[in-house]
Amino acid sequence: MSDLERSIADLKERIEEFQALPPSQDQQAELRGMRQTLEQLRRRVDTNQQKPLDAWERTLLARHDQRPYTLDMINLIFRNFSEIHGDRRYRDDPAMICGFAMFDGKPIVVVGQQKGRNMKQRIFRNYGMPKPEGYRKAIRVMKLGDKFGLPILTLIDTPGAYPGIGAEERGQAEAIAYNLREMAKLSVPVIITVLGEGGSGGALGIGVGDRVLMLENATYSVITPESCSAILWKDQLHAREAANGLRLSAQDLLDLQLIDEIVMEPCGGAHTNHQETANILADRLRFHLAELEKTSPQERTNLRYEKFRRMGAY
Amino acid sequence: MTWFRKEKGIQNPTPSEERRVKTEGLFLKCEGCKAIVWKKDLETNLQVCPKCGHHYRISARQRLQWLLDNGCYEELDADMRSSDPLHFVDTKSYRDRLAVTEQQTGEKEAVIHVRGRLGEMPIVVAAMEYSFIGGSMGSVVGEKITRAIETARAQRWPLVIIAASGGARMMEGALSLMQMAKISASLAFLDQSAVPYISVLTDPTTGGVTASFAMLGDLNIAEPKALIGFAGPRVIEQTIRQKLPQGFQRAEFLLEHGMLDAVVPRKEMRDYLIQALKFLRVRTG
Repeated sequence: MSDLERSIADLKERIEEFQALPPSQDQQAELRGMRQTLEQLRRRVDTNQQKPLDAWERTLLARHDQRPYTLDMINLIFRNFSEIHGDRRYRDDPAMICGFAMFDGKPIVVVGQQKGRNMKQRIFRNYGMPKPEGYRKAIRVMKLGDKFGLPILTLIDTPGAYPGIGAEERGQAEAIAYNLREMAKLSVPVIITVLGEGGSGGALGIGVGDRVLMLENATYSVITPESCSAILWKDQLHAREAANGLRLSAQDLLDLQLIDEIVMEPCGGAHTNHQETANILADRLRFHLAELEKTSPQERTNLRYEKFRRMGAY
Repeated sequence: MTWFRKEKGIQNPTPSEERRVKTEGLFLKCEGCKAIVWKKDLETNLQVCPKCGHHYRISARQRLQWLLDNGCYEELDADMRSSDPLHFVDTKSYRDRLAVTEQQTGEKEAVIHVRGRLGEMPIVVAAMEYSFIGGSMGSVVGEKITRAIETARAQRWPLVIIAASGGARMMEGALSLMQMAKISASLAFLDQSAVPYISVLTDPTTGGVTASFAMLGDLNIAEPKALIGFAGPRVIEQTIRQKLPQGFQRAEFLLEHGMLDAVVPRKEMRDYLIQALKFLRVRTG
């Protein structure tokens, strides 16, 4: 996987160098050749040509440290992002980002978990694991959006809600539960996108909406494969089996009718091209937002309930 | 010369097994205070240690029987079973696990939902069965609880949910996770129609069950010393790499931190609920 990625990156670089040169017949031919090779390499990464990635490989891809994070997407898709801090109860949680932004010239509210890329950032962002104050900030800002008629877009990327002493003392469970109930009541359009890791209740805490989209290599699971392995197999060695058993890929979730749409990633995965990922996602968000704005608030909340009401197999 | 002499005349002495008083199974050592407790005392005391008040875990049916008027109730959706939608297999298959559990517990799923009367008031109750795969919540539990909520809303009868669960059921993957959203969304409508919902948390209530309906009651009450949390204590210990303080995540701890409205002993539960529902009256019209 990583070898393939590297050859693709090398080829891309050489193509760019070539393109910078003044055009000539020979070079044009060579350029075409290189483009073909590039396409072939990308196809091998792509799911159609090669054996599709299994759930464990997707789990690793969803956690890739070059994957676009919430703030990357916010900066690439929206304009004039202005962050809103704090839950007005206890403190500000840097693992949860909330704020206003302009999307196609219209104001919206955006909410999402934020991971860090280097050690310092990871610690600051608590590895993207929000505490109760994060969920309380999120619902506060969503209700603000609701009050002023701003559509809400949430971006999910978290290993899970933080399991710590303080988080328990301040009611991690209550904070998530409250969000689940209150998000069901929002009258504005709400679109959820799982960007990377959809880690259980910590993801769902900002995950109740009219549309749920998932990037192609994102995962959404009731538990991490590692923890599942630890509980059911009593060791961590069966994470791959657990990942496959849990059916946590975007395709699985679509098959189980738990999400509405898979957002395709650029060839090679979202981590290879943030800009293109953002363009594709923006396009889908635009489409769904326009659709949702055609329905009345009352109808929207009813349909949102019916959508979740249908989930389950028995 | 010994003072007492064995009389030689005794014939057919009772065999040694019969001479022993049979106590096995009659007494047990209390998990709470380590005292020896007569099992019958425990039973008459609603499975609460008469010496230290330790609350033993009890089955969902036992609870319903003790809670509702004359122990009567009408069970709904009694035959709903999991369909193993993911064909999940770990050390054994989920299908086998379900079959074995059904045999052991006599229950078909980890929740029972019923209609009954409490203090002569018609009421909807859902009680979770911890011995059924850790009271875990899969599609069936999610569906039954949602139906209980919908019944309460349609009939305008108060709702009581008695939680006892390790959380969402892993063997049904994200389907289990989404039950949290389904139930909570349903509670949003119940909330808006002002039909009372009391959540009773019993030992243990953790994970996705706590992080959805168990914390969304108009009143959230718990039995003494019940373990209640989002993450289980072992997960937290592994994350922070230190021992947890005594009493952490117990009902009294949550009461102190403002997460519960009351801690109610089992013996007083029925009266407490009847009293509470007199305050939280269903508004008519």
